[in-house]
Amino acid sequence: MTSDNRLGPHSEITLRVNGKPHTLLVDHRRVLLDLLREDLGLTGSKKGCDHGQCGACTVLADGRRVNSCLLLAVTLDGSEVTTIEGLSGDGEEPHPLQRAFLERDAFQCGYCTPGQICSAVGMLAEAAAGHPSHVTDPAEPSGRPVPLDRTEIRERLSGNLCRCGAYPRIVDAVEDVIR
Amino acid sequence: MKAFGYVRPRTVEEAAEAYAAHPGARYLAGGTNLVDLMKLGVESPAVLVDIGRLPLDTVEERPDGSLRVGATVRNSDLAAHPLVRDRYPVLSQALLAGASGQLRNAATTGGNLLQRTRCPYFQDLDKPCNKRVPGSGCAALAGVHRDHAVFGHSDRCIATHPSDMAVALAALDARVELYGTEGTRSIPVADFHRLPGEHPERDTEIRPGELITGVLLPAARAGVPSAYRKARDRASYAFALASVAVVLRVADGVVDQVGLAFGGLAHRPWRAHHAETALLGAAATPPAFEGAIDLELERAEPLRDNAFKVPLAHNLALDTLTRLAPAPSPV
Amino acid sequence: MPPTDPTPQVAGGGPSGDDPLVPGALPAEDVAAGWTEAAGAGGSARTAPPSEAPGARAVRTYEEPAPRTGAALGAAAGRREGREKVSGAARYAGEHHLSGRVYGWPVPAGIARGRVTGVDTSAALALPGVLAVLTPGDAPRLAEPDDATLALLQNPRVPHRGWCVALAVAETPESARDAARAVRVTYAREPHDAGLRPDHPDAYEPEEANGGQPGRLELGDPAAAFAAAPVRVDTAYRVPPLHNHPMEPHTTTADWDGDRLTVYTSSQGGTTVRSVLAGLFRLPEEQITVIAEHVGGGFGSKGTPRPDVVLAAMAARRTGRPVTVAFPRRHLPTTVGHRAPTLHRLRLGATPDGRLIALLHEVTTHTSRVKEFVEQAAVPSRVMYAAPHLLSTHTVVPLDVPTPSWMRAPGEAPGMYALESAMDELAGALGLDPVELRIRNEPERDPGTGSPFSSRHLVECLREGARRFGWDRRDPRPGTRADGPLLLGTGVAAATYPVMVSPSTATATALPDGTFVVRVNASDIGTGARTVLAQVAADALHVPLDRVRTEVGRTDLPPAPLAGGSSGTASWGWAVHEACTDLAARLAALTGPLPTEGIETRADTTGRADADTPYARHAFGAHFAEVAVDTVTGETRVRRLLGVYAAGRILNARTARSQFVGGMTMGLGMALTEGSTLDRPFGDFTEADLASYHVPAHADVPDIEADWIEEDDPHLNPMGSKGIGEIGIVGTAAAIGNAVHHATGIRFRDLPLTPDRILGALLREG
Repeated sequence: MTSDNRLGPHSEITLRVNGKPHTLLVDHRRVLLDLLREDLGLTGSKKGCDHGQCGACTVLADGRRVNSCLLLAVTLDGSEVTTIEGLSGDGEEPHPLQRAFLERDAFQCGYCTPGQICSAVGMLAEAAAGHPSHVTDPAEPSGRPVPLDRTEIRERLSGNLCRCGAYPRIVDAVEDVIR
Repeated sequence: MKAFGYVRPRTVEEAAEAYAAHPGARYLAGGTNLVDLMKLGVESPAVLVDIGRLPLDTVEERPDGSLRVGATVRNSDLAAHPLVRDRYPVLSQALLAGASGQLRNAATTGGNLLQRTRCPYFQDLDKPCNKRVPGSGCAALAGVHRDHAVFGHSDRCIATHPSDMAVALAALDARVELYGTEGTRSIPVADFHRLPGEHPERDTEIRPGELITGVLLPAARAGVPSAYRKARDRASYAFALASVAVVLRVADGVVDQVGLAFGGLAHRPWRAHHAETALLGAAATPPAFEGAIDLELERAEPLRDNAFKVPLAHNLALDTLTRLAPAPSPV
Repeated sequence: MPPTDPTPQVAGGGPSGDDPLVPGALPAEDVAAGWTEAAGAGGSARTAPPSEAPGARAVRTYEEPAPRTGAALGAAAGRREGREKVSGAARYAGEHHLSGRVYGWPVPAGIARGRVTGVDTSAALALPGVLAVLTPGDAPRLAEPDDATLALLQNPRVPHRGWCVALAVAETPESARDAARAVRVTYAREPHDAGLRPDHPDAYEPEEANGGQPGRLELGDPAAAFAAAPVRVDTAYRVPPLHNHPMEPHTTTADWDGDRLTVYTSSQGGTTVRSVLAGLFRLPEEQITVIAEHVGGGFGSKGTPRPDVVLAAMAARRTGRPVTVAFPRRHLPTTVGHRAPTLHRLRLGATPDGRLIALLHEVTTHTSRVKEFVEQAAVPSRVMYAAPHLLSTHTVVPLDVPTPSWMRAPGEAPGMYALESAMDELAGALGLDPVELRIRNEPERDPGTGSPFSSRHLVECLREGARRFGWDRRDPRPGTRADGPLLLGTGVAAATYPVMVSPSTATATALPDGTFVVRVNASDIGTGARTVLAQVAADALHVPLDRVRTEVGRTDLPPAPLAGGSSGTASWGWAVHEACTDLAARLAALTGPLPTEGIETRADTTGRADADTPYARHAFGAHFAEVAVDTVTGETRVRRLLGVYAAGRILNARTARSQFVGGMTMGLGMALTEGSTLDRPFGDFTEADLASYHVPAHADVPDIEADWIEEDDPHLNPMGSKGIGEIGIVGTAAAIGNAVHHATGIRFRDLPLTPDRILGALLREG
C-alpha cells in the first residue's frame, strides 16, 4: 500500500455537493469555500473572514457543520457537502429553518444568514446525537439528546457572528423549528 | 499561501516516511489553525502530509482503565464521548469552552495540542516576532500585551498557549503519544509544551517529523471530580483571558488527589505544582485552597498591562476548588 | 408657529404588547408558506387590511406635506428579498461570475509613515497565474479626488500603516494572495506619531465636525456657571477606536467594456459611487453603471466609495479583465474607516433639586493626515438638556493613523455614552432618580439652536420604558444586590438621533396589468428598503401592497442619496411618495385604457427635502439595561435590554424592530466586548481580525425588547417618519455602564467593560 502522492500543485478530486457529483482539478491551496463559490458558482456560502472567525461560510461536510474557509478542498475527496442551496432538497419547498428565518425576520443584510441556517441544521443534529455544549449541565447523562433552551441555542450558534444583530430573532426561528 | 504538494498516507508509518522524504513538510489534520496560518503567510509548507484520515480516530478504554484518545478524534466527538464526560468531565468542559461548534467538528486532539499562539504580532508578518522569525525581536514586550503571559515568559517571547483542552490534559496527568522514525514515546502533556526561553520558535518538545498518535488519560484520574472554568472577553467563541482545570479528590475532609493547571497564563498550560504540593494532604477548605493558590501565584511575573490575570487566576481556582470539594459533613 | 403637541400613543407594535419582558412572535401570516408565494411582491398586503394599521392615531393638524394613511404603512410586511437571502440566491458584489473575471489582492504598507522607494514585482509576476501588479509608479492615473483616501497608488507617500501600496492581480484568489505577499516594497521610513492626547501640540479646534456641525458651541458663561453651581460633576470618559466590521467585507467587481465601466460594489450609496468614479476616471456618468443589489451590511463604512471600488476599476482597466477586489478582513480596520477614539471631559453643574445650570462637554479625538474627519461627539450635548450655560467643543489631533470615518451614529454613539454616564453620576451626586433627573431637565426648545422641536417625546419614552422595565421597584443604592457571586444592577440612558433627509428622485409606473413599479437607486443594506418603499408606494397609490414592485440598487434607476445618517427611507420614500401621488392623480384623470407601455411619473424632491426648517428635528429614545457582574471573573453579561423610541411614524413594524434591536446589539458590543487598540509603535490596530475584535456573539445577547411610542409629527416628510437605523446604538452603552455602576458601586469610565477592567476595580474598590 502506498501513499496517495500529489506533489504537484493540483489534484483531481471528486465530491458530491448537494447530491450532485463533481470531479474537479483543484489547486491545493483552494479551500472548500472557494471551490463552492468560484468553481461551482454556489455563492450562498459567504466569505466573511476567511479564517474561521465568523461562521458565514458554514456548510455541512459529511453531515457535520464546518467552516468551509478552513477546509482544503483536496482533503475532501469523496466527501458529501451540503450548502444552503441544497438544504431545501428539490428547491420547491424551503427547509423549515429557512421558512422560520423568513417568518421571524431573523436577518437583515443576509450575509451571515446562510451560515446561520447551515449551522443551526448541524447544531440540531449534534444536540439530537447527545453532544453537550458549554452550557449543558455536566450532570446531564451522556448519550441522550440534549434539550435545547434559548441559552443552549445561543451558545451552540455562537460560532456564527451577525453584525446586524438579528440574534434574538435567530433564536426564535430555531425554537420554532424545534417545537 | 505558497503552492504546495499534498500527500495522504494510509498509515502512521507512511506518514512519518512521507514527512521525512519531503523537506518543508507539515502534518495536516483538521487544519483549523494550520490553514489559517498558511493564509496569513506564517506557515509556508512545501508539502502537506494529510493525517486527517489515519485510523487514529477512536477513543479506546484499555484494560487498566486508562483511556487512549486517537490523535484525529475531533474535539466535538471527544467532548461528547460518554467515557470522557463521565470520567474526565474537566476535559469535556475544556473542549466545549473553546472555539465554536464548527471548529470543534474539524479540530483534532493532536492538532489542538499543536495549535500556535494567537499573539497578534506572531500573526502579522510586518511586525517583529521571535517566534515567527527568530532574532527579529518581540513586539509584544513593549506593545499590546494584555492577553500575554504572567508565568514562564522570557525577554524573547511573552506569548501564551491558546488551548483549553491542553490545560485539562495537564491537570489530568495525561501523556502525549508520539511516533517518529526513531520509534514511539510518550511524554506528559505538562512537559510537552516548552517555555520560550531563548527559543520561542519551538513550541513543544516534539522532534522533527514526529507525529502525535494519541493522548493517554490515566485511570488514576478517572472518575475523580473535575471541572474547567474559563474567563473571556465575550460569552463564547473567545480565547481565555485565564482559565483553570481542576481535578480534586477529597477523603475525610482532606485532599488526597489534586491536579491544578492554568490556561492563558503562560507559553504552556501552567501546571501549578507548588499549589498541588501544598494542597495534598491539606484540609479541603477555602482558606487552605487560597493559601495553596497564592503559593503558586506569588511566583507570577505580570507584565505592564496584564496584572489582572493573577487575581483572575486566583478567583477561578478558588471558586472551582471550592465547588468541587464536598461540603463539610455536619458532624 | 408652535409645534403641534400630539398625544403620543403607545403602539403595541406586535403581539408582544403588554408583556414587556417576553418578546412575542411577530405576525407570521404575511410570510408565505412556500417559495413560490414568498417570492416577488412578498404578498404582505393581504394581511394588512386598513383596520390593522397599528395603534389608533392621534388627531393631527396638517401643515406640511400631507401624508396619506393607508393599509400598507406601518404593517409588519415581510422582506421582499427574504427568500433570496435565506436560500443563498442573493448575489453580493463579489458573486457575479463575469466571463474572464480575475482577482485583485491589496498590499498594505508595512510602515506607519514615509514613502515607497521601490516596489519589486518580479517575484510576484513570476508566479503562475499572475497578471499584473499595480504600483504607485505605474497604476492608472486618476483625477484628484475630493476624498483623499481614494487617491490610491498615485504617489509614493505612505500616510499610515495599512495604506495600499500595491495591488496584485491574478487568475485566482489564491494566486492573487500569494502574489501580493511576494511583492517586495522598500520604504524610506519617517518617524511617526500615533499617540492621541489632549495636550498634543498639533491639536486644534476644527471649524466643523462631521455632519457640518460647528466645532464649538458656547452659550452663556459655562465655566463661571459651573464654578458657581451648588452641585458639580467633573468627569472624563474614554471610548476606544471601534470597527464597523460588516459581515461582508468591502468588495467590488469591476468590468470595462471600452470606455463603459460597470461595477458591482458593496456600497450604501451607488449614486455617489458613480459620481466619484466619473471624476476619478474622467468619464461621463452615463458611461458608468454601479450595481449594489445586495449589500452585506455597512454601518457607515460603505457610506462613501472605499478603496475596493477604485482599485478594482484600475485593475480591470489595466488587465482588460473583469476584476474582483474583496478586502481581506484583516485589512478593514486600516482601510475602510473606523470610529475614532474619543476622550470626553464632562462638567455638569446643577441646582440641589437637579436642574442643570451648566453643561460642558469637551471632546478630543484624532484624525489622519490624509483628511480631516472629526467625530462630532460633543454635538448631542447641544440637544439633550435644558442647561442655560452650554459648552460643546471638539479638538482634533492629526496623527499618522488610518483615516476615521462613519460608524453607526457617529458623534451620538460615543457622545451620548459620555453624557448619559455623566448624567448618571449627577443623579448619584444629587440623590435623585436618574429617570427623574432627565425629566427635570427636559428643554422647551432645542438648547443649541433655540428652535422648537418638531416633536420630542423623550419623557414619554423614559416613562414608558420605566413602566415596562419595572423601574419603580428599583432600589437606587449601588452595589447592594447579589445573586451568589453575581452583582446585579440596572441602568437607564436616553438616546437621540437627528432627523436627516436629502433630495431624491424616483419614478412610478402604472402598467396595464394593474401592477405598479417604483424605481429609485436606493440601497438595501439590510434595512428592508425594498419593502418599506413598496409600502410607501402602495399607500400613496391606494393599492394593495402586492401590486407594487420596487427596483433599487442600480444607477440606471433614478438617482438617490445614500443609506446613511438614518435618512434613507425618509429621502427615498419622499420621492416615491411624490411620484406615486402624482401617478394616482394622473390615473384618476385618465379616461380610457392605459397605454401598453404604462404611465410613468417622476419626482425630484430637491427644494423640499432640503428646504430649511424652523424646527429642530430629532428622534429620541430611552434605554434600560440589567446586568450581572461576576465577582469571580469580572465578566459582565446583559440580562435584559429594553429600548423605547419616539421616532416619528414607524413604517414597517417588523423591519423597524429588527433595526432597533440591531442597533442595541451593537451598543451592547460597544459597552462590553468591542475595543480596538491603536498600537503606537506601529500605528495600526492590534485587534485586526474577528477573533480579537470581539463583535458580540449569540451568547452575549439576551432577549432584547424594542418598542416605540407612535409619534405624529407633521414637520418631517410625507410619511411622518424619522430615521431608525442608528438610534438603537445611542445610549445603550451608557445604560449598560450605568447598570454596572448600580451593580458594583464602581464607576467605570473606559470602554469596553472587559473582565480585566472590572475585576481590577472590584479588587481595588470592592
